[in-house]
Amino acid sequence: MNAPVAHGSIRRRLLLSLLAGAAILAVVVYYVVQSVARQVAQESQDNVLAASALSILDSARYSGGEIKVDFPYSALSMLDSISDERVFYSIRLENAFLSGYDQLPEVDGVVADGPAFRSATFLGEDVRMAHVQRRISTDSGQRLLQVSVAQTLTGQKQTLTRISRTSMGIGAGFFLVSVLLAAIIARSTIRPLDRLTASVSRRGPKDLRPVAAPIPTEMVPLVASLNSFMRRLQRSLERSEDFIAEAAHRVRTPLAIVRTKAEIVQRKTDNAETQAALREMVHAIDDSSRTAGQLLDHAMVTFRLDHLSRDEVSLLRLVQDTIERLRPISEMKDIEMETIGSEDIIILGDPILLQNALHNLFDNAMKYTPSGARVSVTLSRQGDGGEIRITDTGLGFPEAELGRLTDRFARGANAESVVGSGLGLTIVKEVVEAHGGQMHIKNITGGGACVSLHFPSS
Amino acid sequence: MRQFALSIVLIFAAGWVAAFEIENRTRFGSSDNGQVLRIISTADIGFFEPMITAFLAKYPNTEIDYVVASSTEMMRAIQDEGHAFDLAISSAMDLQTKLANDGKAQRYISATTQSLPDWAIWNDMLFAFSQEPAAIVVSKKAFGDVPIPKDRHELINLLRQHPDRFRGRVGTYDVRQSGLGYLFATQDTRASETYWRLTEVFGALEARLYCCSSDMIEAVKTGELLIAYNVLGSYAVNREDRSDFEIILPSDFTTVMLRTAMIPHNAPSHELSSTFVDYLLQRSHELDAQPLTHPGLDLIQIETSLNRIRIGPGLLVFLDQLKKRAFLSEWESAILQN
Repeated sequence: MNAPVAHGSIRRRLLLSLLAGAAILAVVVYYVVQSVARQVAQESQDNVLAASALSILDSARYSGGEIKVDFPYSALSMLDSISDERVFYSIRLENAFLSGYDQLPEVDGVVADGPAFRSATFLGEDVRMAHVQRRISTDSGQRLLQVSVAQTLTGQKQTLTRISRTSMGIGAGFFLVSVLLAAIIARSTIRPLDRLTASVSRRGPKDLRPVAAPIPTEMVPLVASLNSFMRRLQRSLERSEDFIAEAAHRVRTPLAIVRTKAEIVQRKTDNAETQAALREMVHAIDDSSRTAGQLLDHAMVTFRLDHLSRDEVSLLRLVQDTIERLRPISEMKDIEMETIGSEDIIILGDPILLQNALHNLFDNAMKYTPSGARVSVTLSRQGDGGEIRITDTGLGFPEAELGRLTDRFARGANAESVVGSGLGLTIVKEVVEAHGGQMHIKNITGGGACVSLHFPSS
Repeated sequence: MRQFALSIVLIFAAGWVAAFEIENRTRFGSSDNGQVLRIISTADIGFFEPMITAFLAKYPNTEIDYVVASSTEMMRAIQDEGHAFDLAISSAMDLQTKLANDGKAQRYISATTQSLPDWAIWNDMLFAFSQEPAAIVVSKKAFGDVPIPKDRHELINLLRQHPDRFRGRVGTYDVRQSGLGYLFATQDTRASETYWRLTEVFGALEARLYCCSSDMIEAVKTGELLIAYNVLGSYAVNREDRSDFEIILPSDFTTVMLRTAMIPHNAPSHELSSTFVDYLLQRSHELDAQPLTHPGLDLIQIETSLNRIRIGPGLLVFLDQLKKRAFLSEWESAILQN
């Protein structure tokens, strides 16, 4: 069988996709955290600036024909409380400069209510500015008093560096956690596939039942196809077995008729040549008929193996019955069959299959044993099971072929002259193994073969 | 200061093309490669000479050009006229802060500046190297049987109990003239309302107003004054006849001015000024320091009542012309009652 062509790995692909996603998310997290934190930092700086500007604005009053601004010390010192900052301010009445830094830029787009903010460059440094204004009553009517306060960004830059470092840490931490989760997810996703693989490869060679274990939805089509494939395979196997059985069955009856006719003609003729030819014909017909019989047996065995019944079977009775059935043949060949051991052993199994197996085995023994020889069947208790051992005084098996005698249609090299299909021992072996037992074949020193079947009890 | 007033060098004669007014100018050391460290300072040469001498002993191949000017003249020289100095040393913290805030100082960072306590450094531009408390100086002789006050409250009570004795014989800064006086006065108002009560009492007693600490101490010496308020403690301690005076660091709060050094943005020899700043700070801040503040004024003992003026933009508040106008008018109405 060709090894499947491996191309890529689901686990690796899954892991890589998850990691790529995590990396993208980590970068996104980094930027989101940073931008939110920047915004918060900016807002808090703006709030302090606005508070400073408002406290200057609030301290302004009109008295004695002039604007007096007696603003508190904290108005400017609060801007410097966390980090050293350069601070600039300007106080204007409409467009007339009153106090502070004359060159401080104006804030564009000032709205009537609430402070306005802008970033600018002043005296060679980046500053953030807040601008507030209010109407003040003077002798010449309502006039607009405007206050701007600006501050350098030393503290804010420090904060931003810290924020940047923190968000970098958060991003990296997020990524690390994601890597861990991705590894776990990839593993758990692949697990059903591993389970299916294990469950399929654990099966016996003839187990073509559909996979019944629960599987994830995504694998249903695959497993359904697999099940359908196995079902088709099973049906195809059954059909070919059926076909063989049917063919064998159909061939047997005409063969029997031909054989009868040939014997009748043989008896009627005096011609020696014709008689010889007819004898060969009968022999050939026997061979074919027997093969057909064994093919039928094999098909039956194969079928029953799939639906093995578990009845209590007495090995002693089984052996006795089989010998009894074969008595016509054994008497015809003048072979003495003896049974040794009378202890009954009960096993669980299919009586029909077991009978068939023993029949094939004994039949084989008698077939390959010359006339007048002896075949002995020994029944004994071995450990926790029973053993049936059959020995003959025949030719024995060719040593070189002991291993492959149970293959289908394999026959011993010294059995050319004997009618046989090579299926007998195959059937025996399959039946014994289906019952959890073992079959051993060996030669006996001094001629003869020994086949032993070992069955576990129940 | 008086002794140095005699040695004033005429500025135009020295070929100094300047509009700002120089009080005094002295050169120290010599250098064969023409390296000159030009210092502009508000401190008398006598005050600063030990430091310069020690510096020259360590770095012999250096010339130091030491120019003394008042804080406002110094402001004019650097801010308006753009004269190039390597170092600006001033007791006017507010004006120094304004210079730095307006970008007239350059940042300087070194191991020494980084080891300074927080109050002694601002924005890597201003470095404080001495602490100068504002003291009440009284004449021991003139007080006689009267108990010497320990704080402003006791001083107020004393003045109220003996108005005739002290009438016309208390003195303080004329804050309209003196930048340092203005700084002390404004910081006093921040610390406590007592300052205004005291000023009212001063006004009622027809207090005399002075331009500078030395004049006030001199007046106490001559018996012209019995009490001088907000005098630089170090000036009194420095005098040889200091035993004639009682120098009181008020126990309610003692305002402490910091002398600061700054490297102007256009300093011609930055390396030399860096070296000098490091040396100055090491000498005044390290454990075995020889501080320019007088050992006679033990500031550590009165740490709890110490009101160190914080360097920072808060100092700009009282420099604001509107704010200053408001403060001065209030001050005038308190002290000039006639």
